[in-house]
Parts: sequence; C-alpha cells; structure tokens
Amino acid sequence: MRITTRKLLDRAFTLCAYFAVALMTLFLLFVLLPIFGKGAGAYLFTGTVEHRRMLLDQFNRGDAEQFSAEWADVQQARRPIYAAVAAFEKELPGLPAARRKELKASYKEIRVGLGVLLGSEPGKPLPALTRGLYGQTRWDRAQEKVSNILYEETWDYSGGAGKRVLVPRQPLFEGTALAPIFPLLQNNLRDLLHPRFTFYPGFLIDKSIDAHFFGGIGAEVMGTLYLALGAMLIAVPLGIIAAIYFQEYATEGAVLSFLRSCVNTLAGVPSVVFGLFGLAFFINTLHVSPGKSVLAGALTLALLVLPTVIRSSEEAIAAVPRAYKEGALALGAGQWHTILTVILPAALPGILTGTVISMGRAAGETAPIIFTAAVSVGRMIQPSELLTQPTPTLSWNLYNICTEHQAVEEIRHVQYGMAATLVVIVLVLNLTAILLRARVARNLKG
Amino acid sequence: MEEKKQTAEVHVEAKAFSVFYGTREAVRRVDLAIPSCQVTAIIGPSGCGKSTFLRAINRMNDLIPGCRAAGQLLFDGQDIYGSDVDTAVLRRRIGMVFQKPNPFPKTIYDNVAYGPRLHGSASKAELDEIVEESLKGAALWDEVKDRLDKNALGLSGGQAQRLCLARALAVKPEMLLMDEPTSALDPKATARIEELIVQLRGRYTIAIVTHNMQQAARISDKTAFFYEGDLVEFDVTQNLFTRPREKRTEDYITGRFG
Repeated sequence: MRITTRKLLDRAFTLCAYFAVALMTLFLLFVLLPIFGKGAGAYLFTGTVEHRRMLLDQFNRGDAEQFSAEWADVQQARRPIYAAVAAFEKELPGLPAARRKELKASYKEIRVGLGVLLGSEPGKPLPALTRGLYGQTRWDRAQEKVSNILYEETWDYSGGAGKRVLVPRQPLFEGTALAPIFPLLQNNLRDLLHPRFTFYPGFLIDKSIDAHFFGGIGAEVMGTLYLALGAMLIAVPLGIIAAIYFQEYATEGAVLSFLRSCVNTLAGVPSVVFGLFGLAFFINTLHVSPGKSVLAGALTLALLVLPTVIRSSEEAIAAVPRAYKEGALALGAGQWHTILTVILPAALPGILTGTVISMGRAAGETAPIIFTAAVSVGRMIQPSELLTQPTPTLSWNLYNICTEHQAVEEIRHVQYGMAATLVVIVLVLNLTAILLRARVARNLKG
Repeated sequence: MEEKKQTAEVHVEAKAFSVFYGTREAVRRVDLAIPSCQVTAIIGPSGCGKSTFLRAINRMNDLIPGCRAAGQLLFDGQDIYGSDVDTAVLRRRIGMVFQKPNPFPKTIYDNVAYGPRLHGSASKAELDEIVEESLKGAALWDEVKDRLDKNALGLSGGQAQRLCLARALAVKPEMLLMDEPTSALDPKATARIEELIVQLRGRYTIAIVTHNMQQAARISDKTAFFYEGDLVEFDVTQNLFTRPREKRTEDYITGRFG
C-alpha cells in the first residue's frame, strides 16, 4: 500500500473516532441538559407567599413574624376579590333567570380557579385535601392558573380539527359585582402572591405532602439510599468471597467453568426477572418479611449486582502481581493470611470501583424493587422498619408520578426534580468511585 | 579440599532428588549437599532446572499445579517433603529473595515487620528492634531510617531488593535462598548485594541461583552446575572455574554455549 493511501486511511479512522465521540457527547447533552435544567427548577424557582405559608405550616420553617406581616399584606390585597365574590353571591339570586343560567357555569369555574390560585378562603371551612388549602406555590404555575379564571377555554371545530380558543370572561360579567376581580387578577397578581426568588434545598429531604403537590422527595431519597446501601452490604462481602474462591482456591475444571457460566448468565438476566424471583423466593418462600420490605428489595438488588461485583473483584485480584503472593508465602504466611494482608489490600482500588458502580446501578434499578420493596405512596421510612416495611424510592416513584399520578400535569417540577436528583446521586456515586480509586491507588504507589 | 568438605556441616542434602512438571522431569535425580553457613552458587543455562531446584528447598513449587517431587531432600536431616512438614514453619526457617524485587505495597516498616507480626511478635518495641536490626543487616537502615512510614514502592530497585532481604532476615531464618537476586539490578546495586552476601556468609546458609558466572566466582564457596535437569558438576568454586572435570562445565564457563 502506498504511503499516501495509508496516511489517508489513518486520517479517516481518526475522523470517524472524533465523529463518534462528538455524536455521543451531543446525545448525552441532549438527554442531560433538560433533566438538569428543569430538575434544578425544583430547588431554585420563583416561589409565592403560598410556598412560604406551606413551609411554615407543614415544616415549621421560616420566620413566623416576618411571614405574618407579609401574610397581612397579601390578605389586604386579596380582600377586594373575596368582597366581590361575596357581593356577587348576594346579587346572583336577584338576577333574571336567563342571565343567572348564563353566568352560573362560568362562575363555578371562577370559584374553582380562585381556590387553585389563592388557596382556601380564610374563614371558610377547610378543604378535605391539603392541596386545596394552599394556592399556587410557584409563580410560573400561578401565571398559568390565572388564565383559567380570566379566560374560558372553548374549542373551535369550524376548520375540521379542533382548535383551542381562549375567550375572555370579563365581558360576560360586565355590570355584575364580580366584574372588578378581572382587572385585579390581571394587573395585581404580584400583590396577591408576592413572588420571590426561592432556594428550596428542603426538596431533597422533605417528605411529600398530599401526593407530591407540596413538599419534597425525602422519603424517596432515603428509600433509594437504604436499598442501595443494603444491597451493597449483602453483595460486596459475598462477591469478594466468591472472587477469592474463583481466583485463589478453585482449580480449573468442569465445576469451575460451570460456576463461571452461572455467574455470567446471572449477569445477563433481565432485571424484571430478578424482581419476580425476589418476590417468589425471598417474600413468598423464605418469608423474610410479611410483605414488601427494604430487606427483600435489598436482597433482590444484591442478587442483581452480584455478578458485577464478582467480576470486578476477580479482575482486581487477578491484577495483583504474583510476586506479592510469593513474597508473603515465602515468609511463611498461610494462604488465607496472604489473601487478607497482601492480596486484598492491593486489589482494593479495583474492588472499590466495581462496588460503587454497582451501587449506582442498584440505586437506579426499578424493576427488581417493584415487586419486592417499592410503594407509590408511603411515608419516610425509619431505620427500625427496614426489615419489615416497604418504602418509596426515586426510580419507582419517578415512573409513578409521571404516569399514574392523578395530576401529572401539576407536578412537572417534581418529576424533573426527582429525575435530576436520581441522576446526580448516581453521578456522585460514580465520582466517589473514581476519587476513592485514585486515592487508594496513590497510597499503594507511595 | 577433602578435609574442608568433611568439616563443613551439611545443611541441605538432596538424594536422588527429582522434580516433575506433569511428566517432564525438570530436575533429574540430583545428589547434592549444601554446606552450612557457606555460600553455594547454582549456575547453568536457562531452563536447566536450577531455579526449580532452589524453589524445591522451601517448597515454593507447591504453588505450581502439576508439580511434584521424588527422591529425598533433607533439611537438617529432616525430609522437606515429609507428610508432617508444615510449610509455614519450613519457609520461616528458609527465607527467600526473588529475581525481581517484590516489596509489598505497604510502608517500609510494615514490609519488614510483616514476617515477625505473622509469627507473633506482638510488642511494638520488640518489632521496632527487629525492623532496625534487619534493615541494618541488609545495609539499608541509614538510607530509610527517616522514612520508615513511606511506601516501599518508592524505593529504587537496589534498595527494594535489600528491603526484601531485610524482610527475609526479620523472621530470623537459618538459610537464605536467592533466585537471581541481582538480575534486575544495575552494576552498582549488584555490587552492594554481593557485598551483603559476603557479610551474611558465616551466619546463614546461602544458596544463590545466578546467570552471572563472575558473580558465582566472586561470592560463593561452592558451585553447582546444572544442565538440562542434571547436576553436571559440584565442587569448590575455585576448582570448578579453574579445573572443571566435565567437558560440559568447561564449555559453559568458557562461554561456548548458554
């Protein structure tokens, strides 16, 4: 081959590699940027007075005195609205029947809209659900909700396909006592809700209130951590012992190759099968807990990551120079002592890496815990209940609140926040693995 | 000559001793007596069985699957391959230094203290003493006394090899096996190790495998020449190098092969 052709080919390969890396980076950004961008919105957002009221009521957080001053201001600003509503209520029976009929449906929607926007009216009976108690806690949502009051949504089918048309309600109520609320809502919304830039770190640790309408994802975060740590607590010792057996004790033969193919097969089993197995074996057969529990979930996850732990530990042990082992044996150390004092310490960086990466996997898995540990709605689990109680988790509840929640549209910020938190937890775990590895490797190198 | 042979006490004695790798006989019916507190060099071309023979003495060959021994190999009159022999005890009495320096990835102190700790020297003061004594014995103390807590992998090749020697000395062995201990070292470091071997002579029985015939001539009392698994000639070093009895020995030491 001519040298120019060879050089050309070389360059073509390099280009291909660059292109592949660039494409991968692009995909990664395409996936991660929206998750992080929108996920950050769960922690950093423009919060309203309703958010501060909720925090003070539910979590006893915030300056009560400062809040009561602010709350008085807001009440002051809202009074004309409630006054107009009360006046309209009184006026309504006196109106002609035709006019009454005309206004009734729209008025009903306005009342609901007001409740959603501002929360329950002071002095009125408390609503059944907490979500009715508070108005919009986020300014962006409040701006959307206010349009439900100002405009009536109708559909125009004249063009064939339906088209959404917003019709202002104000003209309909012209001349009634309710008329003043429209300009108030349109122009003075800031006075009604006091939007303010808010950093809400509590999202990470707070319990959810009324199915994630308010509060944070603390229960899910804790559940995920408990499950991942529990799985590691079980899988790591077993995995290391198995790896030691494979590398140091087993002699090549039919039994060993059979065991090895078992481990490899285990690594290829779909995770949902692990979930069903966990349910059938740990819960229904062994009765490790009365029903779903963190323990059963951790056992199932441990089984799932065991092949990875075994393989990475095996590789780490195999990479320890034989000379170390010979040196220890030549000093009269027994095999077990050699493994414990020389081989395992030298293999530690590799073992740690495998462990933490497995932990990231365990934290993110959904299928194995659906049947064994996860519940959609549950309170924050206490350490004493780990053996018997199920828990909400990030992975499962993310799916749940994106698909099965009764108000999927209302809690977009929680969905993104949960996804971003899960991704960050896994990233942090992997980063820890890299740092730990570097640190231990440095100590070994001296 | 005859007299000297008689007076030197025999420490390790091979009687028709063979080592097999599977069916291949790597060491063939060797008869050899290693004298106590002297330096015995084992030379020969690659693959002649000299390392295999050396590693048979502390039973390091046990690690190799399919390796077995036949005949008799006696240490202080006791069969090394006897069924009642505890390899841990045997290896404690017979220390070993390998071809490539193999300090553990631990601190210098922990490297030397590894053996004593293993064999139950508990007190800190006692350990400190053993570590210092061993490092002095290996002529390394002055270089490392200020950095005993530093990782041993930071040492140079020659220092690392002397550390391995100190590590072997720390368990107070009776005999030292050295498997080409200087082949990975530069001439200066080699000279230091050779000096050490000369210093250790008289206190320890030393068996050293080497590729370097000048080295064997410089430091050993007796030399054994192995060729293709056979012990060709075993004699006082001076005799072997100046008046070899065997043609093959002569060919080898004059550089005609190997």
